[in-house]
Amino acid sequence: MRDKHIVLIEDEPNIAEAIRFILSREGVRVTHHASGAGALAMLQAERPDVLVLDLMLPDRSGLEILAELRAAPAFAALPVLMLTARGQNRDREAAERAGASAFLAKPFANADLLAVVRELARGGA
Amino acid sequence: MARTPLTGTRIRERRTAQGLRQADLARASGVSPAYLNLIEHNRRRVSEALLERIAGALGLNIEALSEGAEGALFDGLREAASAQGGAAAAAETDRIEEFVGRFPGWAALLADRQARVAALERTVEGFSERMAQDPFLATTLHEVLSAITSLRSTAAILVENDAIDPVWRTRFHRTIHEESLRLSDTAEALVGYLDTLDEAESGLSSPQEEVEAWLTRHGFHLAALEAARLPAAEAMIAGVPELASSAARTLATAHIAHAHADAQALPLGPFLHALAEDGPDPARLAARFGAPMPRVFRRLACLPASAGQPPMGLVVCDGSGSFTFRRPMPGFSVPRFGAGCPLWPLYEALSRPMQPIRAVIEVAGRVPQRFLSYAVCQPVLPGGFDGPQVLEAMMLIVPAPPERSLPDRAVGVSCRICPRIACPARREPSIVA
Repeated sequence: MRDKHIVLIEDEPNIAEAIRFILSREGVRVTHHASGAGALAMLQAERPDVLVLDLMLPDRSGLEILAELRAAPAFAALPVLMLTARGQNRDREAAERAGASAFLAKPFANADLLAVVRELARGGA
Repeated sequence: MARTPLTGTRIRERRTAQGLRQADLARASGVSPAYLNLIEHNRRRVSEALLERIAGALGLNIEALSEGAEGALFDGLREAASAQGGAAAAAETDRIEEFVGRFPGWAALLADRQARVAALERTVEGFSERMAQDPFLATTLHEVLSAITSLRSTAAILVENDAIDPVWRTRFHRTIHEESLRLSDTAEALVGYLDTLDEAESGLSSPQEEVEAWLTRHGFHLAALEAARLPAAEAMIAGVPELASSAARTLATAHIAHAHADAQALPLGPFLHALAEDGPDPARLAARFGAPMPRVFRRLACLPASAGQPPMGLVVCDGSGSFTFRRPMPGFSVPRFGAGCPLWPLYEALSRPMQPIRAVIEVAGRVPQRFLSYAVCQPVLPGGFDGPQVLEAMMLIVPAPPERSLPDRAVGVSCRICPRIACPARREPSIVA
């Protein structure tokens, strides 16, 4: 996964810090944004290999961001890992429809997060 | 065909065995989830026609849900046998009569245990449904999940990495400390909240909620009231399962009279025509029909689904701020207990009677939602000119227009679950960090 670039949109600072640590140790570059505002413009500037997106952001739904991304040709194929809440099947179905490449339910095992991101960075979904 | 009192239990058992949600079965059978809930808890008898529809929705023969009257003991034993599932040693249901004959005491005890298990399952189900609907519980659970997610990841990092930079180590220790404090605060709030719930409550808790459940089943539109002659209210509410208490039936009778007068003053055809021409501006509609504004508000919130209008929510409160009518809409929930957000235009209208207020509100939540609201308060003097003056404030909620001509007003649902921590109108701390 070395030299890959991952953008993380997550409003919980402590969760974001843990994720950033776990991924950084693998040699990837992690850019963290706490808010979904202006996500499209930010991603156009960052050009990540993988996006890790929280479903429930305080200002905007992760679903809305995902739908916006999928509608833009530049991001139609961007691998997106959606972080959902455990047991929220409805959210998960909605994320699937909106075009998420993979899901991870909170709370997650660090090894699982790593495995999914590695898979997505390699180009598989 | 005779139906034992446990038909409801049998329906629930078959439904859960198929992994079907109560709301889904209710929809497939053409009843409201609240009504199906009462049936499943054996609190309402189910008609033959409805049982047929439920059986159809479950892909079963009606016989599978209704049986001859062998008595509750046999029913209880069958429930116990079927609840056991396929994995464990199967009970000899074909020899059930022999069992009851030889060991009546044990059989009664087993049936009794089964009833107890069913009652406990009901309680659990009641709580899980409440969790799905209750904004306080949903928010609290989100907090708990976030704290646990962060604790789990951080703790695993510390455990799995011996050689970790001291700066990071300190930071992660601090995270664990912070998150554990947050978790205990949230747990405390949750326990406090659960303590306030009436323990015996298993379904609809107030007469007002009973009326709302009844109206929800009809999409808040009672077609019979469109006729010129006021139908007998007693006939409309007789035998309605949701209206179990006499207080609820009194409220429903009053609603029928109100809604009929509204429908006569604002006939459906011309009203929809005016709505298509003028849009949902209540003042313009009121002027066009020479009707008082509250009437237009109620009519807008009680249009039939076939009218093709976007959903509209309505909240009505009296002079004390207590809700007297609630029609929620997707994305706009009204608290079940206590008052709403003090910044709602509804309360502003209450403090400025006769002053119309049109405002775009942004309701805080995990996913904020924008709505256009119209609020107005009209004093009435039902006891004569000398009063007392009775106030009623109303707030109509419609989808927000895409253009942002009005500044959004930041509001919430209720202080306890509102993430706007620094809100100047806050009356109690939020449990949302």
